Amino acid sequence: MAKKLIVSLSPHVHTRDSVQRNMYGVCIALIPALLTSLYFFGIGAAVVLATSVASCVLFEWAIAKFILKKEEVTVTDGSAVLTGLLLGFNLPSNLPIWIIIIGALVAIGVGKMTFGGLGCNPFNPALVGRVFLLVSFPVQMTSWPVPGQLGSYLDAETAATPLAVMKNAIKAGDASILEQLPDSIDLLVGQTGGCLGEISALALLIGLAYMLARRIITWHIPVSILVTVFVLSGLLHLSNPIYASPVTVLLTGGLMLGACFMATDYVTSPMTPKGQIIYGVAIGFLTVVIRTFGAYPEGMSFAILIMNAFTPLINTYCKPKRFGEVVKK
Amino acid sequence: MKTFKIGGIHPSEDKLSAKSPIRQAGLPRQAVISLYQHIGAPAKPVVAKGDEVKVGMLIAEADGFVSVPIHSSVSGKVNKIDAIVDASGYRRPAIFIDVEGDEWEEGIDRSEDLVTLAQHPELTAEEIVGKIKAAGIVGMGGATFPCHVKLSPPKDTKAECVIINAVECEPYLTADHRLMLEKPDEILVGTELVMKAVGVEKGYIGIESNKPDAIALLTERAKEHPHIEIVPLKVKYPQGGEKQLIAAVMGREVPAPPALPIHVGAVVQNVGTTFAIYEAVMKNKPLFERVITVTGKDVRQPSNLLARIGTPMSLLIEECGGMPEDAGKIIGGGPMMGKALMHLDVPVCKGSSGLLLLSEREARRKAPQPCIRCAKCVSACPMGLEPYLLATASALRKWDVAEENGITSCIECGSCQYTCPSARPILDNVRMGKTTVMALIRARNAK
Repeated sequence: MAKKLIVSLSPHVHTRDSVQRNMYGVCIALIPALLTSLYFFGIGAAVVLATSVASCVLFEWAIAKFILKKEEVTVTDGSAVLTGLLLGFNLPSNLPIWIIIIGALVAIGVGKMTFGGLGCNPFNPALVGRVFLLVSFPVQMTSWPVPGQLGSYLDAETAATPLAVMKNAIKAGDASILEQLPDSIDLLVGQTGGCLGEISALALLIGLAYMLARRIITWHIPVSILVTVFVLSGLLHLSNPIYASPVTVLLTGGLMLGACFMATDYVTSPMTPKGQIIYGVAIGFLTVVIRTFGAYPEGMSFAILIMNAFTPLINTYCKPKRFGEVVKK
Repeated sequence: MKTFKIGGIHPSEDKLSAKSPIRQAGLPRQAVISLYQHIGAPAKPVVAKGDEVKVGMLIAEADGFVSVPIHSSVSGKVNKIDAIVDASGYRRPAIFIDVEGDEWEEGIDRSEDLVTLAQHPELTAEEIVGKIKAAGIVGMGGATFPCHVKLSPPKDTKAECVIINAVECEPYLTADHRLMLEKPDEILVGTELVMKAVGVEKGYIGIESNKPDAIALLTERAKEHPHIEIVPLKVKYPQGGEKQLIAAVMGREVPAPPALPIHVGAVVQNVGTTFAIYEAVMKNKPLFERVITVTGKDVRQPSNLLARIGTPMSLLIEECGGMPEDAGKIIGGGPMMGKALMHLDVPVCKGSSGLLLLSEREARRKAPQPCIRCAKCVSACPMGLEPYLLATASALRKWDVAEENGITSCIECGSCQYTCPSARPILDNVRMGKTTVMALIRARNAK
């Protein structure tokens, strides 16, 4: 026969979905938060984010090409850009460039490429980078610029964040300290100190809605985290007013960023709906415990990393409901 | 609107030939009738080289209970009995008949008149099953399981209802859709025959809501058949899978193999099969022709053709405007579960529901990327399995892990591989693992 036919197994058609579509989809979902960070922190946010994204992409390319000697270097899949964005979102806007580069090297080098690259890492790379920086450079990583200083970078004025205020109230056992907290509307919009990507809960929620609408992620992880945190911190608040109200707890610190974007990372979260809910509830629980009783004011990144370690175990024990498992009579 | 609960996907429907009425395909010069058109033992030829045959004449008889006879689809002279590579991709024996004229066996009622069950109250269940068996009818949705076996349920089971599968969830295919629009009364009588054969009082016809005209027409005509209910179903692949259809219509899930649909009280027949049953019982016509959709985005005239069994696919393509220039893959069946054909002279067989021509560009698979553990395959799997895990276990030859995680329940619908953003060959691996695990289980049981 003149013409050769292609013979392969079914299915013969494929969805338009791709790794790129999902990775850049998450990047698009981060745009509202990106814009608010530029609005509140100006040039500082721009420098930190640009450095973080550029160095993550560069390190991924260099490690794949020169150390792992991969035939195909796939920095275009969008995962390095996403890690860079998320790492940058988890940093204060006055962090020196050299520290950011170290963070990117740890995130991509140690967090991702040591395990074999995309899809193989047990821990969220951006959080590995952030936590490494937090324990290595505690001073630089916990001085938070006051929002609104658009022209300043390293010289920005800093102040205590709402989380630190909440921690002080618990330490002193004095509920009146909580009066220093900004009101919930400011917390929702982002008029407070903190990491540059986490300040506006509203922008992050818009991103979450976008990801849910495009079916990039399912509701299980973010909803189970947020509900758990709300219920637990609500119980604490009712038991003693030195603990901040649950609404304030939900809107402060890295909780919203973590619940919507960090914990939902495909690679490091469980595969079944049941497993995802267990994972989300555990993250919420650990976050409240660390924030309330731990040494650090923020516990989100630790909670997610701890539960990342449990993901394989959850996958082993949380199986989906099989067809025909329970026969209705 | 009803549907099944676990998993499922919604691929692009592409029903290009939905408005194209069924037309008769031309007769081939030589018909090649495979002896292996059904699940079970191949039929044994009862004709030899040089014999004269007529349309509808028995040319091969059933070999055992799980087997069916085969009838000539043309009139003429037997040229030879030889092996061909058929739609399954294997070399199998077939009867080659040189066509001369179009002379039918006497006794086949070729009129268009509707014969109802009320006109034949004397028909018993045994007679109906006997006629179906003698007509060589198999499941025409593609599974090709002998129909009379399904209608003879094991003694310890009791059928409660008959479900007619008119879902046609495969993209592109429209043969069943057109048949419902053009032969609604015949299908309803066929449904009654199946109900009588298994002794039940309730029949359902499940149709997806992307065929509103068929739902409306059959609902209207079913007013004369109070025991038959038309069930509109939400569009979701693979609803035409037997287990998924039962779950959608009855809300019952058939347990894992070896349990059968009859264990939850259901007997399922494809709508094309139901029409063939009507023709066999009421018109005395054996199964020697069927409706097949010939389609594809580059096919000039996507059509639904009534083709004789044994017609080469190349003739059907000519009937629809010829082979498109950039054709890269020819699929027997639909794009989700059909088989790529090895050559164009593959003959139409009893299970040929469609012929799909994909261009070279459409046919090429994307390069696979690493699994990003997005869990989309888990939510797509209609059997509640974890395709990523089964594929990995199979690729690593961890047969025990694959078996524990239910690989033998896989229905090979392809939803996982369709959905995978990394374009991984999930089903390729699972299929390989399933075959191996099933062989291991058989070997273990034989000890």
